[in-house]
Amino acid sequence: MQRVAVVVFPGSNCDADTLDAARAAGSEAYYVWHRDTDLKQADAVILPGGFSYGDYLRSGAIARFSPVMRAVTAHARAGGALLGICNGFQILCEAGLLPGALMRNARLKFLSRPVRVRVETTDTPFTREYERGEELVLPIAHGDGRYVADAQTAAELNANAQVVLRYVTENPNGSMQDIAGICNAGRNVVGIMPHPERRNAPVLGGQDGARVFLSLEARNATQHAGDMRAVDGRHLRV
Amino acid sequence: MSAYTVEIRVMPRASLLDPQGQAVQHALQALGFGDVGSVRAGKHLVLQVQAATREEAAAKARTMCDRLLANPVTEDYECSVSP
Repeated sequence: MQRVAVVVFPGSNCDADTLDAARAAGSEAYYVWHRDTDLKQADAVILPGGFSYGDYLRSGAIARFSPVMRAVTAHARAGGALLGICNGFQILCEAGLLPGALMRNARLKFLSRPVRVRVETTDTPFTREYERGEELVLPIAHGDGRYVADAQTAAELNANAQVVLRYVTENPNGSMQDIAGICNAGRNVVGIMPHPERRNAPVLGGQDGARVFLSLEARNATQHAGDMRAVDGRHLRV
Repeated sequence: MSAYTVEIRVMPRASLLDPQGQAVQHALQALGFGDVGSVRAGKHLVLQVQAATREEAAAKARTMCDRLLANPVTEDYECSVSP
């Protein structure tokens, strides 16, 4: 059983769904308030969706300076699994834990509907239970989802297979190269715009998102994380 | 130390799509201002900053822009300082 910390910022609104989805996958999930500085021996940390700090200045720009982000950054630097969903993805980009940025949707409209995405890599702690090339239906709900990065960053993302999800059939927000999710070079930090926690059970219209959370509990994911900690010569479980 | 007024202009990088600016341009055209070739929308921030010199106030403002007020991936900024 993995310990999963769901960080709550003022303005987070997908925190309860994310906590439920992690628990449904068998994890021991709990909230961490943005002013806390202790992740309580989390194996994995999730920054949920919402509108932290009202999206003032830029989405995620102010949340990245929350006290908890120092611990989140240390967790990520030590190889710990870290997922940002929607606003969480925006925060990770603002914090420099993921490259690039998320800008206003090309057609300006806030989009809240299911979209089709393709799993581009299974080599992350959050996508191990999927098949590469598998297509999923997941909901999006964002106004600032247009991923942009400079040409060099884009080339690196492709060369290192760091694109995690791509929109297929249609690109809803004008995102560069249809990118819906990426991971860092170390592959332990993942950011995605779609909301897997909103589609993890048949009663929600589908369960394509469930395996994001089940991946954390999968044996190989634990081993993968264990290897990374061993390489780093430190343990997250204090 | 004295107070300086720092004005900061943050603009979306010219090479990137600015849908907000485009929407404003279309609205202007709908109002009959067909001679508007392009619109780009940014932010204008006005700060009161305590500093020993004008240069120090400008340096502080640039640090603020680099760390928070502008996103280096998507935006450019300009600062001007007045007493």
